[in-house]
Amino acid sequence: MHVPDGFLDAPTSIATGAVAVAGIAVALRGARRELDDRTAPMAGLVAAFVFAAQMLNFPVGAGTSGHLLGGALAAVLVGPWTAALCLAVVLLVQGLLFADGGITALGTNISLFSIVAVGVGWLVFAGLRAVLPTRLSIVPAAAGVAAFVSVPVTAAVFVGLFAIGGQAPVPLDTMLTAMLGWHVLIGVGEALITGLVVSSVVAARPDLCFGARPALRARREALVASTGQQAAA
Amino acid sequence: MKTAMKTKTFLLSGLLVALVLGGVVSFYASSHPDGLEYVAEEVGFIDSAGDHAAADGPMADYAVKGVDDQRLAGGLAGVIGIGVTLLLAGGIAFAVRRRGGSGADGADVDRAPVPSER
Repeated sequence: MHVPDGFLDAPTSIATGAVAVAGIAVALRGARRELDDRTAPMAGLVAAFVFAAQMLNFPVGAGTSGHLLGGALAAVLVGPWTAALCLAVVLLVQGLLFADGGITALGTNISLFSIVAVGVGWLVFAGLRAVLPTRLSIVPAAAGVAAFVSVPVTAAVFVGLFAIGGQAPVPLDTMLTAMLGWHVLIGVGEALITGLVVSSVVAARPDLCFGARPALRARREALVASTGQQAAA
Repeated sequence: MKTAMKTKTFLLSGLLVALVLGGVVSFYASSHPDGLEYVAEEVGFIDSAGDHAAADGPMADYAVKGVDDQRLAGGLAGVIGIGVTLLLAGGIAFAVRRRGGSGADGADVDRAPVPSER
């Protein structure tokens, strides 16, 4: 969903650029609470993984393809603030080195990926986690659902930006329908990849999955309580 | 209790998976336009896209210039991109992290018992 140069007019691109800069500034502060000596390497790995995964366009029907956005995936693995930074780095590298995503559209792309996709992904994940049982086994499924939702929402926000500053006179309702239709399908791929990757991390090292921390803590407390009872008996 | 994977093993395995995906599997990725591009063609605003300012760059469109073999040119671009992304994101993460191990957020409590790691 990388927006190229020219889709949006200059004022809109400048505005999204300002939003992106403000978002990164806030994320830099927020990420401080998520990162320590143990989790900092995870941030590098997650960004690198998202970069690699975004090269893998999968077919989604007649002549169309999609690839992972990675917003929900990164948010669940390293926390939402760090995830926003990871996605911004991926977009910067893609735009500057690989001509993928416009340079004047960098603010738009960072707003869409780092703020909308990460934000929606994290909020849906955290919402599900709050209502579901506190168990490690629900983490990959909740991440998958969050990933699914994040894709069409991000697509809809792009249509919103196009309504404000689009450079071509096109029927917006047709555009919205087409964008949502294709991105619901792409969202299924996003959900599958996200669920698979999160479940692999949770299986190998649940402590390195940011979103799994409450479940891991609950499991440990239950373990301590049961051994305590055994000792008392 | 099952023994957790060592942190170093975990990180290196993750990086290896990324390198294989970006360096090898990417050759087999679909070359069809993505959702946005397809809709832009269908709805009719694709022509508003300008040429990319870095379109003539040495690795534009994920192919290293001067490498004739397509598989190699793409794979190399993927590996370089992964390396740059890893260093940049990892560097930023190390710069903003809390110093001196795990701290305030209760991250210490979450630490899995890894007997072999010290």
